[in-house]
Amino acid sequence: MSVDIDNVKKIAKLSKISLSENEIEKFLTDLNQIIGWVDQLTEVDTEKVAPTFSSFGAEEGIKKRSDVISDGGYREDVISNAPKSEEGFFLVPKVID
Amino acid sequence: MSNLVTGKTGDWEIVIGIEVHAQIISQSKLFSGSSTSFGSEHNTQVSFVDAGMPGMLPVINSICVEQAVKTGLGLNAKINKFSIFDRKNYFYPDLPQGYQISQFEQPIVGEGKVVIDLEKGVEKEVRIERLHLEQDAGKSMHDQHPSYSYVDLNRSGVALMEIVSMPDMSSAEEAQAYIKKLRNIMKYLQTCDGNMEEGSLRADINVSVRKPGDELGTRCEIKNVNSIKFIGQAIEYEAKRQVDLIEKGGVIKQQTRLFDPKKGQTRSMRSKEEAHDYRYFPDPDLLPLTFTDEFIEGIRKTLPELPDIRRKRLVEDFDLSLYDAGILVSDKETADFFEIASKDSNSKLVCNWIIGELFSTLNKNNKTIQESPVTPENLGKLINLIDDGTITGRIAKDVFEIMIESGDNPVSIVDSNDMRQVSDEGELESIIEKIIQSNPDQVKSLEEKPNLMGWFVGQVMKETQGKANPKSVNELLNKKLLK
Amino acid sequence: MTSLTELCLYEARDGLKNKSFSTKDLILDHIDAMESSRKLNAFITETPEIALKSADLSDENYANNTNRPLEGLPLGVKDMFCTKGILTTASSKMLSNFIPPYESTVTDNLWNNGAILLGKLNNDEFAMGSSNETSFFGSVINPWKKNDKQAELVPGGSSGGSAASVAAKVGVGSLGTDTGGSIRQPASFTGTVGLKPTYGRCSRWGIIAFASSLDQAGPITRNVKDNAILLNSMCSHDPKDTTSSLKVVPNFESSLGKSIKGLKVGIPREFFQDGMSDEIIKMWDNGKEWLKNAGAEIIEISLPNTKYALPCYYIIAPAEASSNLARYDGVRFGHSVNSNDINEMYELTRSDGFGDEVKRRIMIGTYVLSSGYYDAYYLKAQKVRSLISKDYSEAFNKVDVMLTPSTPNSAFELNEKCDDPLSMYLNDVFTVPINIAGLPAISIPSSKDKSGLPLGLQLIGKPFDEETLYSFANIIEESSNFVSLDDKWWIK
Repeated sequence: MSVDIDNVKKIAKLSKISLSENEIEKFLTDLNQIIGWVDQLTEVDTEKVAPTFSSFGAEEGIKKRSDVISDGGYREDVISNAPKSEEGFFLVPKVID
Repeated sequence: MSNLVTGKTGDWEIVIGIEVHAQIISQSKLFSGSSTSFGSEHNTQVSFVDAGMPGMLPVINSICVEQAVKTGLGLNAKINKFSIFDRKNYFYPDLPQGYQISQFEQPIVGEGKVVIDLEKGVEKEVRIERLHLEQDAGKSMHDQHPSYSYVDLNRSGVALMEIVSMPDMSSAEEAQAYIKKLRNIMKYLQTCDGNMEEGSLRADINVSVRKPGDELGTRCEIKNVNSIKFIGQAIEYEAKRQVDLIEKGGVIKQQTRLFDPKKGQTRSMRSKEEAHDYRYFPDPDLLPLTFTDEFIEGIRKTLPELPDIRRKRLVEDFDLSLYDAGILVSDKETADFFEIASKDSNSKLVCNWIIGELFSTLNKNNKTIQESPVTPENLGKLINLIDDGTITGRIAKDVFEIMIESGDNPVSIVDSNDMRQVSDEGELESIIEKIIQSNPDQVKSLEEKPNLMGWFVGQVMKETQGKANPKSVNELLNKKLLK
Repeated sequence: MTSLTELCLYEARDGLKNKSFSTKDLILDHIDAMESSRKLNAFITETPEIALKSADLSDENYANNTNRPLEGLPLGVKDMFCTKGILTTASSKMLSNFIPPYESTVTDNLWNNGAILLGKLNNDEFAMGSSNETSFFGSVINPWKKNDKQAELVPGGSSGGSAASVAAKVGVGSLGTDTGGSIRQPASFTGTVGLKPTYGRCSRWGIIAFASSLDQAGPITRNVKDNAILLNSMCSHDPKDTTSSLKVVPNFESSLGKSIKGLKVGIPREFFQDGMSDEIIKMWDNGKEWLKNAGAEIIEISLPNTKYALPCYYIIAPAEASSNLARYDGVRFGHSVNSNDINEMYELTRSDGFGDEVKRRIMIGTYVLSSGYYDAYYLKAQKVRSLISKDYSEAFNKVDVMLTPSTPNSAFELNEKCDDPLSMYLNDVFTVPINIAGLPAISIPSSKDKSGLPLGLQLIGKPFDEETLYSFANIIEESSNFVSLDDKWWIK
């Protein structure tokens, strides 16, 4: 499959990355090269193959916590790196629902 | 009852499907150890995991998993022994990770069903498509600052069950009955407290309209409606809006809308106008959830009696009507109250008093049955005082008033206020004699107007401050006056 | 007096134990080496004050005989590990001001074992790269040069600073992370020993995530014994990472010197590539010979889906990365660009905060997950992943380890491959399949090419069998007589 300009713009939008026209051109070339190359996977017959989403051995299974309050309660630490904060809140440009 | 909406071009059918977000009752969050309690100081119940800090990883809360399975069993649903957590990717200020951990293709619970109770004892089955686990987002507040929104992450990561119905409802009433029933079942199960004001239960309502027999119309989703009343208003407004629009030649666009309770209207949500592509994929930080049959059966054993079963039992064990039993079980606390009150008392009378006096008093004072000043034990005692003739029905109402005011035991109220019923024939006879003698005209008119008998009863009651045993009064009056 | 930095990890440990010198002496020499190696640009943040303060405590512990396994040993840490109160950048402008209020599990384990932080090491931005040229803080320079001593070379990546610092003898070892070869490839380029443990051996908690199903922390050291010692202190079961294993951590150091007699070494024929250089082929043959001489049996095996590992990786890793990097939105931490519109704020922040390679991978990842492409790319790749894993598990029924080259070539020049992402990606052809299958693998310096640059051999092990890897690596190390770098040109 090949990637077109509209694909690149849509992907940039979904990724929340603003791109100049020049960058769009450059990424279009790069993405086409890479996508064209990974397309070789189509030659593998995977019809009867189940996907593997993690290389972690299923033998140990998902590990669960018990339901106890063991974390939180350190607001200063949580907001210490915030670019903008006030009165213990994170601040973002006004959002309109 | 017809559920059709009449437009200019004829009748329209409403089709409603509902996605409920129910907060799971748990101490800590779905994937972190921070607290879930409501109303704490902002950003104090936030761990580094909940804030989506670099390098943080989710660890699942075992109780939340059990609660979801329990709810699934309560909805007569299929429990999936293999389910997967997926990431739903989108950007929003109150979504710290940039994705929500949810379940997409393989949810923890599959198809189930709920029987809803409509007017006049009519029942209807609403099919459940699925139930899945997911994290709640934080909260943005837009009115604290002129140019910024404030973000509080206390809710971020709290465990939710999203329960998706099939589009099986066709009126506001049915949608409301569905929410009530679902809420009731979860309260019985103690998996969700059902508190809509605090946001523990929110509904996204999908509404579309069609001409009877046509294919499904395009639906609009009304997000986050947080009261039963608003659900009704939102559906009625939205259905009418869609009918009007189509009849004017317009086309319904699939969109997400918000209900404005002040205006009673729905409007398109700006932040959702942009096309979404959530790019779901299995979360590599979490392995699939797997269950054994033993695990599921173990949870099944812990299921409490659910409302439909309890209703049947109340009818059989307490000789109530199906209708009355339905009212009692529609709220778990009411049914519990009833069962305690009628433990050693006349259950039919208890039921009448709960549905009558107690409900109207609680309504007037805006209280729930858990806040009732009259305890179920005391109501039971009051009923016994009526049942054994210690007090009259009329006096009972006065006693009840005092119980509401003071919360006191009815036996001591009756004693200290000298409210016992007068059944002593000698005492009553002398009172009746006195009345007959002082009212010769009335006695004379009695032959032409037999209704006057009521007036005599009234006089006796007046004389005894309502304490006279009405049965004895009637008998004595008959004996004296209708020779 | 020669600098104490000449001592490797275990030599320094033994010297401290014997009280031949104090921790403070050792730390001072390493601080000096760190400061005089700034030309290499291996460190983003130097932490000499912390190191000296810790040295006092270590000396006390030695005096009281309460010293811990790594007491007083100075280590560099890749800037992907969150270190509490210390700038942690992932070599990105996006995190150029980020000070974590928490410590990663792996580094916490090390400090609890007495190790001392020397500084935070440069890497490719968010660990995405194979040359350490994508760092916001500039390229790392390989301490090795060709015989002609001219051009500056890349140290490999993404753990370029980790490998370069160890090769330059700054710190007795370092921590790296490996998602597709990011420990083994730079180890191979710098003549150091680098191990990627089995997925699940080390906790990922507190390590800035690149591709969650592939990332693993691992040690880079001057020799195999040091590597085994360091790994022991890194791993643990961590309840905060549910993909960390409950398996007991063995004593890796004791597997050194174990006989490999009768054990079987698989030589995967698909790793033999058209156009492979004679030097690589010769090194590989030497490796087989050394192991055979030590009593192992050499068996040719087949891993038929090898050629699909790299394209498979370049779908899965960017897909996971596109999601893992969504949290960098300018709201709670890191770089942020002002705007009065939330979406514009996101777009400007991310556009300004991420470098080109990171953007490229986020875009690929977003594309392969997006509606209409998920099945064709992402799901397909995860199915191919199953086939690749199956190749390995079947082959491991027949052999105990596998032997391959670590990289298809030696270190290349700065800027040589910058403009061609695909040729850069091909550098990881021998390392990537191991991450896909979740296996442990180690790169050991084995020979030099004709221009005098180091080349490494890679040993691949069964899941959680790092011990066998160390036994074999030890033999290769002893047989190869690899001479480490002695020309500290950067000091002059």
